[in-house]
Amino acid sequence: MKNASFWGYRRQNGRMGTRNYVIILPVDDISNRTAEAVAANVPGTLALPHAYGRLQFGQDLELFFRTLIGIGSNPNVAAVVVIGIEPRWTERIASGIRATGKPAEAFSIEGRGDFAITAMAARAAAGLLQQASELRREEAPVSELWVSAKCGESDTTTGLASCPAVGRVLERVVAGGGTAFFGETSELTGGEHIVADRMKTPKLREQFMAMFRDYAEMIERTGDDLLGSQPTEGNIAGGLSTIEEKALGNIEKIGRLKVDGVLCPAETPSTTGLHFMDTSSAAAECVTLFAAAGATVHLFPTGQGNVIGNPILPVLKVSGNPKTVAGMSEHIDVDVSQLLTGEINIDEAGDQLWDMTLRAACGRLMCAEVLGHREFVLTKLHRSA
Amino acid sequence: MIQKEQTKNGEPGFLVHDRGDSVGVAVADLGPQTKANGRLLSGEELPKVTLHDAVPLGHKLALRDIARGERVIKYGQVIGEARSDIHTGDHVHVHNIRGLRWVKKESK
Repeated sequence: MKNASFWGYRRQNGRMGTRNYVIILPVDDISNRTAEAVAANVPGTLALPHAYGRLQFGQDLELFFRTLIGIGSNPNVAAVVVIGIEPRWTERIASGIRATGKPAEAFSIEGRGDFAITAMAARAAAGLLQQASELRREEAPVSELWVSAKCGESDTTTGLASCPAVGRVLERVVAGGGTAFFGETSELTGGEHIVADRMKTPKLREQFMAMFRDYAEMIERTGDDLLGSQPTEGNIAGGLSTIEEKALGNIEKIGRLKVDGVLCPAETPSTTGLHFMDTSSAAAECVTLFAAAGATVHLFPTGQGNVIGNPILPVLKVSGNPKTVAGMSEHIDVDVSQLLTGEINIDEAGDQLWDMTLRAACGRLMCAEVLGHREFVLTKLHRSA
Repeated sequence: MIQKEQTKNGEPGFLVHDRGDSVGVAVADLGPQTKANGRLLSGEELPKVTLHDAVPLGHKLALRDIARGERVIKYGQVIGEARSDIHTGDHVHVHNIRGLRWVKKESK
């Protein structure tokens, strides 16, 4: 396994992508229409409509820019057309993406209107798509793979089977010199001491616990708690009774690894190894933040059957629940339910998942991609102005 | 995706994460009065447990008596406390255990 490799797209900044998208990235909600019109005129490009980008401020605005620039900079993206209402924010995003050496063209709608901008941006998109079509995959070692992990619609089988299988894969990624991510701040509640004990340095431990406490205090300030949201109805139907039980299953995803870094939402790590990111536990928000940080394959354990995908990040679904595997087979890429019956052991499950992880990295389309699941959801920290 | 044979090796019962756990997880839909086979994740066989209730796949069963207010252990960790007396073989879920986090003061 030491010589494991994958075939990806080499980008200008040296990173390796597992996909080769030309994206049409709207800066704000009111530019979605034009972005979608451009993508409709240039089949093969992909518009990424979203709900925000107007009147945000402070940390929330910084996260917004970090997320959009991060998505455009992700090595799964070959080139970007950025479309916004106003020129300044539009150019800020395009120039942030260009800093990676990647082509990114900016268009602002104000004063010119949807028709003119659609025509200009479509012409640019067509050229970028033709350029991207000539790129070829090349072989790269596992050290160039960035893998994120987040589970959803969890049940007790995720803690028994699919999350530990992901743990085995992240162990291999890190052992191979690659980069891995986990997050879900609220879903560590009851197991936060275990994650804290995995931090490699006292400073990381302090940073992690500060993020965890900030989140808990944010909930307290609202005068409410997360009962009713965590565990979810689906979690409870699947046998999870408490947030502590859910958290302990969730943490199985990091295997026996130590944690090398603690990241703000959408922050790109500067070192290899396993990184904790302060994220929501909502699937689409969390996966979008990992994509913005530069992840190129996502591992998604599910128990009751979450159907999430992402526009630029392949989302590999793994389940250990035999009912879900049978009832939602079109969504599940790897079936590890034989762990429940003892027909395979955790190392064998890890082998199966590792094999599919490398196939995903090499371009095999995941179920979520084939089914057109492209949930692109920005994390909003507070109300806009 | 690899299809697997569901009914191999007779009836699967329940799995237990850690030797100190007070609950196990049913790995098939188990009926009441079933004498269920159990084993640790490490592979070691455990004594059979006779179920009082039906326990659906993925739901928990008590491996020993748990008194009201006593901590419930899974993964070798505390996952909550018993809301009422629980007996060996009972279905264990939100009706008889609760978490210790995010508990509203008035409901404690």
